[in-house]
Amino acid sequence: MLKDITIGQYFPGHSVLHRLDPRMKILLTIGYIVMLFTVSNPLGLGVGILFLIFAYAISKIPPKMITKSLKPVIPIIIFTTLLNMFFVKGDPLVDWWIFHISRQGLLTAVVMTIRIICLIAGTSLLTYTTSPITLTDGLERLMKPLKKIHFPVHELSMMMTIALRFIPTLIEETDKIMNAQKARGADLESGGVIQRAKALVPILIPLFVSAFRRADELALAMECRCYRGDVGRTRMKQLHYSWQDGVAAAVTVLCIGMVVVVNIFAPVVF
Amino acid sequence: MEPILSARDVSFAYDNYEEKQLPPIVLDDISLDIQPGEFVAVLGHNGSGKSTLAKHFNAILLPTAGTVYVNGINTKEEDRLYDIRQSAGMVFQNPDNQLVATIVEEDVAFALENLGVPPEEIRRRVDESLKAVGMYEYREHSPHQLSGGQKQRVAIAGIIAMRPKCIVLDEPTAMLDPQGRKEVLQTIRQLGGQFGITVVLITHYMDEAAQSGRVVVVDNGKVILDGPPRQVFSHVELLKSVGLDVPQATELAWLLRQDGYNLPDDILFEEECVQAIEKLLEEHHVSH
Repeated sequence: MLKDITIGQYFPGHSVLHRLDPRMKILLTIGYIVMLFTVSNPLGLGVGILFLIFAYAISKIPPKMITKSLKPVIPIIIFTTLLNMFFVKGDPLVDWWIFHISRQGLLTAVVMTIRIICLIAGTSLLTYTTSPITLTDGLERLMKPLKKIHFPVHELSMMMTIALRFIPTLIEETDKIMNAQKARGADLESGGVIQRAKALVPILIPLFVSAFRRADELALAMECRCYRGDVGRTRMKQLHYSWQDGVAAAVTVLCIGMVVVVNIFAPVVF
Repeated sequence: MEPILSARDVSFAYDNYEEKQLPPIVLDDISLDIQPGEFVAVLGHNGSGKSTLAKHFNAILLPTAGTVYVNGINTKEEDRLYDIRQSAGMVFQNPDNQLVATIVEEDVAFALENLGVPPEEIRRRVDESLKAVGMYEYREHSPHQLSGGQKQRVAIAGIIAMRPKCIVLDEPTAMLDPQGRKEVLQTIRQLGGQFGITVVLITHYMDEAAQSGRVVVVDNGKVILDGPPRQVFSHVELLKSVGLDVPQATELAWLLRQDGYNLPDDILFEEECVQAIEKLLEEHHVSH
């Protein structure tokens, strides 16, 4: 049952988006998010939506994955929509009892909803098309300049790699411990929230003990393979920007440019 | 020829043995030379000090008294630690707890990345090592998709990618199923034969030791027997007295000999035992 949990939402494939350099994808995603929130005009927002649809189309990720990624944030979307709808002051549209909806409020609510949906769908596209390990790799290399201010970039990425490596191992272990405790009569499935939380204690303690033991052995094995932090370390897989990265960057910059132009010359609507 | 691994009068004791409930002296004045290209099995029951001895060959532990030389380097020379670890690679018991990366080939590359080998060279050596252990087709798998034996072979590939002179395996098959044990043992035997790597196999399986070129039996921190398997396993009583078994074929021959049957005392493998008994039966038949 626990084995069904997948961490990261990588969707293996061979599209152009899958093959892009992870660094470029991270940068472009950040650019896209900034663009979404600086847009001040329906035309600009339209460009943003079209860009996303285009990106999903060439990634060959099934569209139903968008709804899947949106599901967990639906409460947040509803909350911000309601908040914007009822509390933004302006020309009144509905004025009934304690409910006041203004034209501006309705507009902001709609725009905010679209922005959040685009934001989630956009960042999900990054994790759909990039495996967690490539993503870690890309992040490490992007953050390299931070080393100058003694930010532990390599250590962080090593931690993430080891965490990713041991998630399946520890899940398997949890499964085993749960079965072992059940075999001794532990009741994990009935009772209220507090009772169930209490039932987790005999699972978590052995899990922690074993995780520490594993950590100890892993550290020893790493030492034996001459690990000494990132002192003089090279990497087998080098990242190279290809012409495809250039094209992707050009398209995105073009979109952002269009939005900027629209922002300047078209009337500010929101 | 200069030995690749050499222990001179090595003694070792943990300082906090009382709280850890360990014997005060784990290694007691051990001297042992291992020549390049040898396949040595170190036998001993739990707590005999065999794993502690193995950890001395990689400078994980330093002797309390005496010296250990790895490829001519004293393990106490701290600034040559990485030379030592590169000369004598180590494989551990639990296959899960020694793989670092989430992809097989990245894991094999780990040691080389640490050593600062150029990327193209890493690629070449990783492919070479994975082919040597027969795991090349699995290079893009993630470790949790592999069986125990396959994981252990990946761990071995990660070591041989460093091109060590010697590889020390600390009970590499103890957590594997019979199929995995067979795979790993075959890989280990290949290391010696095909690549000329010196192999030190720490084990408590008699049949694994029987396949080696030299068996060293450790008990209570002392080397009590050292020689070719046939010679070592002929000391059935001594081995039994220190809580070790002998290969089943050897034991059967020994029991029959005890009952007065005329069987040779250096039987190791089943086929030999079968032949010897057949011969005995024939002679028996003729004499009647």
